[in-house]
Amino acid sequence: MLEEPVRRRLMDILGPQGFRDDEQTRVSYSYDATPAYRTKPAGVVFPEATWQVSEIMKVCSEYRIPVVTRGAGSNLCAGTVPGEGELVMVMTRMNRLLEIDCENLTATVQPGLNTKAFHEEVERAGLFYPPDPSSMVICTLGGNIALGSGGLRGLKYGTTKDYVLGLEAVLPNGDVIRTGGKLVKDVAGYDLTRLLVGSGGTLAIITEATLRLVPKPPFRLSMVAVYGDLYGAARSVSSIIAARIIPCTLEFMDQATIRVVEDFARVGLPADAKAILAIEQDGEEEQVRRDLNLISYICRNEGALEVRVAERPEEGEKIMAARRSALAALSRLRPTTILEDATVPRSKIADMVLAIQRIARKYDVQICTFGHAGDGNLHPTALTDARDAEEMQRVERAFEEIFEEAIRLGGTITGEHGVGQVKAPYLEWKAGAAGVELMKRIKQAFDPLGLLNPGKMFAETRKRVVVRR
Amino acid sequence: MNAANANTHANTRAKEDGGAPGTASAGRLEQALRLALDEDALERCMRCGFCQSACPTFRVTGLEAASPRGRIALMKAAYDGFMAADSDFVGQMELCLGCRACEPACPAGVPYGRLIEQAREAIAKGRKQPLRARLAGKILMEGVIARHGVLRGAGRVLRLYQRSGLRAAAHRLGVLRALPPHVREMEASLPEASGRGVIREWLRRGLPARWETDDQGRRLLVVPAEGERAARVGMFRGCVMDVLFLSTNVNTIRLLRAAGFEVVIPEGQKCCGALHAHAGRSAFARRLAADNAAVFRAAGVDWVVSNAGGCGAHLKEYDHVLHGTPSADDGAWLSSRVKDVSELLAESGRPLRLANGAPLVATCQDSCHLRNVMRVKRQPRELMQRVPGLVLREMRDADLCCGSAGIYNVLQPEMSAALLDRKMEQVKATGADVVVTANPGCLLQMRWGIRRAGLEGRVKAVHLVDLLAERLE
Ligand SMILES: Cc1cc2nc3c(=O)[nH]c(=O)nc-3n(C[C@H](O)[C@H](O)[C@H](O)COP(=O)(O)OP(=O)(O)OC[C@H]3O[C@@H](n4cnc5c(N)ncnc54)[C@H](O)[C@@H]3O)c2cc1C
Ligand code: SF4
Ligand code: SF4
Repeated sequence: MLEEPVRRRLMDILGPQGFRDDEQTRVSYSYDATPAYRTKPAGVVFPEATWQVSEIMKVCSEYRIPVVTRGAGSNLCAGTVPGEGELVMVMTRMNRLLEIDCENLTATVQPGLNTKAFHEEVERAGLFYPPDPSSMVICTLGGNIALGSGGLRGLKYGTTKDYVLGLEAVLPNGDVIRTGGKLVKDVAGYDLTRLLVGSGGTLAIITEATLRLVPKPPFRLSMVAVYGDLYGAARSVSSIIAARIIPCTLEFMDQATIRVVEDFARVGLPADAKAILAIEQDGEEEQVRRDLNLISYICRNEGALEVRVAERPEEGEKIMAARRSALAALSRLRPTTILEDATVPRSKIADMVLAIQRIARKYDVQICTFGHAGDGNLHPTALTDARDAEEMQRVERAFEEIFEEAIRLGGTITGEHGVGQVKAPYLEWKAGAAGVELMKRIKQAFDPLGLLNPGKMFAETRKRVVVRR
Repeated sequence: MNAANANTHANTRAKEDGGAPGTASAGRLEQALRLALDEDALERCMRCGFCQSACPTFRVTGLEAASPRGRIALMKAAYDGFMAADSDFVGQMELCLGCRACEPACPAGVPYGRLIEQAREAIAKGRKQPLRARLAGKILMEGVIARHGVLRGAGRVLRLYQRSGLRAAAHRLGVLRALPPHVREMEASLPEASGRGVIREWLRRGLPARWETDDQGRRLLVVPAEGERAARVGMFRGCVMDVLFLSTNVNTIRLLRAAGFEVVIPEGQKCCGALHAHAGRSAFARRLAADNAAVFRAAGVDWVVSNAGGCGAHLKEYDHVLHGTPSADDGAWLSSRVKDVSELLAESGRPLRLANGAPLVATCQDSCHLRNVMRVKRQPRELMQRVPGLVLREMRDADLCCGSAGIYNVLQPEMSAALLDRKMEQVKATGADVVVTANPGCLLQMRWGIRRAGLEGRVKAVHLVDLLAERLE
């Protein structure tokens, strides 16, 4: 429980609706989408304006109360699971779309705005905001920025980090900073905008963001290619890119996933296929059709058993819906679903998938792999039961080995889910000891009292570094 | 990946915070929850949050605890001792509308409806209620709502009240002021009640019908199809429907006949039991289900048709309700045979011949259980569009609960009114002359909403069946 003076001051700032510390509220902000993590915070605050965030941080600095910033709580790295005695700051009441600027092609938003709602508003204005994490229906733009979230369209359009032009943020001592702006070019000082993107709520609290928009592509169409061997699928990916075609999505499913998806969705995927690519292109209709023709040709050349191009855009929707149903289908099989996101360079996808399959066999755990083939961002997904401690340990060991393998292939421990608590022990594997040291000094500069999201990003116990690149 | 450690970690914390599960320190309600809740269903929730934007109470409050993911987390926390099931916990379970919009939105197929029913059952059992309240609840639930005759009797009294000038007198004298304001408001929008019931009404009108008996000697009223018979369907008449919406029941038979269905109305059918199950009276709900399933099965019908989304959805779940009882087989049979009247009219039978009429702009309010449990959403719209001169203009969030939810509007007036007012804004934005629904509760709520929003005389709320029947050639 927070001390009485703290409670009183928070209530003065926020009003009675803006501060809660009843049991029910504390339990309901004790978790996020990460399986098996749960700790009750001391209290929860719901600011509605930047000045309130600033005042809250002043109180927290004075009393040394750590703060966990939370968007929708859909992250998979335990990034918003608080520690005991900490305060959770929920940003979803700051959810206004402040402006769409059609001349500069920018939008200015508050961080609690839901990503899907934002997409809809932007598209209504004839514009387009490409980052599309699968969790769009729930997640917030603030969460997307803080984790540098990606999505299905990452290959062609990049990820959230490529769309943030400027930020307003509150520092742990309550100071408000503004970075960047509606500018394409800006080299005045360090690029603090980029530094805050992906900082996982450990450096500052984002209270406003200016985002870059692009014109809405007029047409889109999809296709699928079915393979009898993994390398054929992997080679197709490389050849497509080598042919200078960048599809907007290029999704991959392995055999285990195909079987489960087919069982669940009955869309006519061949159960004996070793891999499937689901591809979508957008742009001018003529160009899109030309691209898909060429891609079909490449896929067949690389040994695809079957290539199916949608006749109409609606048909394409079905293909992508089948891919999107992957997680749904998988999550029905066992009580606990652990979705990871080891990522490798595009050229190493086949090696990585085979390694995952080998490791899964070795530890006798069920792991299905699907993901964004275009950018090498794979989602090995373990189907398990969190109540079975012994099996969970095998799952953990398997994932450890998978991360190791990813690093060995020149990849990373997380492509888009972020470090949070879950990956903190592995950060050094990717960033190196000197890298982590530097990051800690940056953290120190922003947050000398260590108030923002402690225990995230940097772990107390580091995993032994077993591989060197 | 550190989930395994985290798990043990979380469990340790859980013990520190809430006392080990199932021990003497856990209260009555916690113990009842441990017995009632399906652990596998709780475990199945992966906390992705995909259900949240579909949830009306989350949309209004923005609070995690008032979302499906939050409620499941609370149940789990109470179940495993991470929290005490205090009055806030109970309040949160009661704030749930039971609209089940969270189910189609859930990628993991979490059976939320079942979980909330189990939690409420535990609450009903574990809570020490004053004897008087318990008795009153029992009499209302088991003595009135479940008994068709008694309910029709109440209908007769209500009608007398409405007709005799007593209503006007009551309004004049301000007797109604003794009631809470929202009940007063609702009273004003009640349709005229009837104590007759569809069987007597049909016969009174001298319409074609004959009696049959099933193998147990129970009577069935059989209304012949017009023209060639497409199928034999059993009609579930519903309790509220038969008292407050008698003409809709009559119209249902007229439409079904016109589409070529022979309509069978078993006299021995009872209340579907939905209200009882949702209020945590599962044993009684099971008895009703067993009786209904047996009666309709014995009637030798191809389909069982319902014109109230709430009842139809509950009938659809008889397989689950009767699972593991001697009537399991009947339950599974009924589940597989029940259809909403709009499904039958849109998909089988002869297309209805509908007359021309004045141009009409209409909008459709999904009945929650029809959409989320029976998964019927397209068919009512298709039928609406077959009405000559009708323009269908969809409102935003047509799939969001209107706040009626059984007797929710009486128990949770604030949330209910908040939802209703939002709904009326959306209705107004379409400029529709008619709001079409497919469930009596929604219909009453829409009428109340129209009054509240001052739209009387400009917007009407009608049941889909009545809309179609009015144009029947
Ligand atoms: C089923 C499923 C599918 C997913 N698919 C994808 C995907 O395709 N791509 C992808 O990248 N991710 C995906 N995710 C992960 C997750 O949805 C994203 O990371 C998302 O961006 C999190 O947004 P949120 O609003 O829920 O943030 P939260 O989970 O609430 O927070 C995430 C992090 O951001 C910090 N934070 C939040 N708001 C602020 C703020 N205003 N200022 C400072 N810090 C803040 C928090 O402290 C935390 O560290 C998926 C998750 C699920 C459950
Ligand atoms: S959508 Fe389903 S799995 Fe996801 S949080 Fe809601 S109930 Fe749980
Ligand atoms: S049943 Fe309705 S109100 Fe209850 S949690 Fe689900 S969506 Fe929300």
